[in-house]
Amino acid sequence: MSESSHFQGRIITDEQAENITRVEELAYELKVNEVMTKDLITVTPETLMQEALEIFRTNRISGAPVLKDNKLAGVVSIEDLIHCLQKNDLKSPVSKYMTCKPLTVHGPDPIIEALKLFVNFHFGRLPVVDSNFALVGIITKGDITRGILKAIQQDYQEEEVRRYRASHLFEDIESDRSSLILRYTIKQGDFMRGGAASSAIKRALLRLGATPQIARRTGIAVYEAEMNLIIHTTNGGVIRAEIEPHQISINVYDDGPGIEDIDQAMKPGYSTANETVRELGFGAGMGLVNIQRCVDSMRLESILGKGTSLKLKILLPKKELVGEGYQTNEEH
Amino acid sequence: MNIQEIIDSLQLTPLTTLKNYQAVTPTCGYASDLLSCVMAGAAHQSVWVTLQAHINIVAVASLLDLSAIIITENAQPDEATIAKANEEGINLLSTQEPTFSVVGKLWELGLHCQQPKNK
Repeated sequence: MSESSHFQGRIITDEQAENITRVEELAYELKVNEVMTKDLITVTPETLMQEALEIFRTNRISGAPVLKDNKLAGVVSIEDLIHCLQKNDLKSPVSKYMTCKPLTVHGPDPIIEALKLFVNFHFGRLPVVDSNFALVGIITKGDITRGILKAIQQDYQEEEVRRYRASHLFEDIESDRSSLILRYTIKQGDFMRGGAASSAIKRALLRLGATPQIARRTGIAVYEAEMNLIIHTTNGGVIRAEIEPHQISINVYDDGPGIEDIDQAMKPGYSTANETVRELGFGAGMGLVNIQRCVDSMRLESILGKGTSLKLKILLPKKELVGEGYQTNEEH
Repeated sequence: MNIQEIIDSLQLTPLTTLKNYQAVTPTCGYASDLLSCVMAGAAHQSVWVTLQAHINIVAVASLLDLSAIIITENAQPDEATIAKANEEGINLLSTQEPTFSVVGKLWELGLHCQQPKNK
C-alpha cells in the first residue's frame, strides 16, 4: 500500500472523501510513534563497514541509523554495503558510505507523512527524531503495514464487542418491561436520504441479534412508510421504532394532508403519486400492500386535512428474541 | 454462478469499486423499474435488472440484501449514487442493452425466479 499514489499530497473533493477507505483513514489516525520500532540497533560513523555487515547479518536488518554523540548523523543501509562490497572496501568507516542528513519524521506525525516520503523517495526506512534531533525510533514500510493490520483487527474486535453488548442489551436491565426507542424525523421531498431511517433501523436490529429475515421484513415495512412520508406529506413526519425482546412496534405519523379513502389506498396498484415521482420508480401503488405483507399487525388511521398515523407490529417468535443473547446465522 | 461470470458473459461495466466478485453468488433474478414492486418481488441475493439509476435504488438493494443491480440502456447513476453504493457494499453494473435482453441472457446462464420469503 505504501507504493500507492493515494497517499501523495493532493486536495480531495467531498465526493472522493466519501470513498476514502478505512486504510486511508488510518494513515491519518495512526501516529508514527505508535507503529515505529523503538528497540534500536545503531552504529557510529567510526564503525567499520565490515562490522556493519556483521551487525546487519546477526540482527537480520537491512539498515541502521548512525549516531554521533547521541544525535542522528546519518543512515547506513544494505545498499551502501553493496556499493562498498563492489569496491572491496569493507575496512572503511560507515561515515564514508552512509546517507548524511537523512529525511526524518517525528513521533507525533501521522503515518501518512512517512508514507509520502516512502512513495516519493524510495527509502527503506526513516529515522524518527524528537525536536532536539535525538533519535527515538525507526520506521519501515513493514512497521506501517503491521500497524494498520493491527488497527483493522482492533476495529473488527470492537465491532464484535458492540454486537455482543447490544445483543445482551436487555439481559441485565431489570424492569417489568424494557424497550429501546429509535426516532427519526423525515423531511418531505428528501429523496436523497430516502431509505436512511429504514437502513438505520435494520442495522440496529441486526446488532441487537435479530435474524436477517426479521431485520429485512422490518426494513421493507419502514422503507415504504419512510418513502410515503417523503412523497405524500405536507411537512414530512416522524418514524418511531420501539424494540422490545418479543416485538418491534413502529409508529409513523405526519400532520397532513391525510388519506381520503383508506380502503382504496390499501388496494394494490392504487397510487396518488404525481408524474415526477413516478418517473423515479415510486408510486407503484404497492407501498401499503408491502407493509401489510411484512408485519404481523397494521393499523392505519387518517383524517383528511389533519394527518395520518400508521401503527405496525412485528412479533418475534421465542427463538428470535432480540437483545437477550440469541444470535443465529440461520436464514428462514 | 458468481458475479464475475455474469460480468464477463454479459460484458457489463462495474460502476462501483472492484470487489471480490467471485465471492458473490446470486441465486435468482428480478426485473422492474418500480421500487415497491422490487420490494415486494425480489428475493434476497437476487440480481436486480432496472433502468432506474437514481440514489434510491441503493437503499432498496441494501434493505433487501440484493447481490447486484444491473442498470440497463446505459442509464447513468450520479456520483452520489455510486458513492452510496460503495458505502453500502452494493454492486452497480452498467450495460447498453435493454432490460429484456439482459434478463434473457441471465435466464440462459441459469438465473431464474425465486419467491421472496418475507413471512
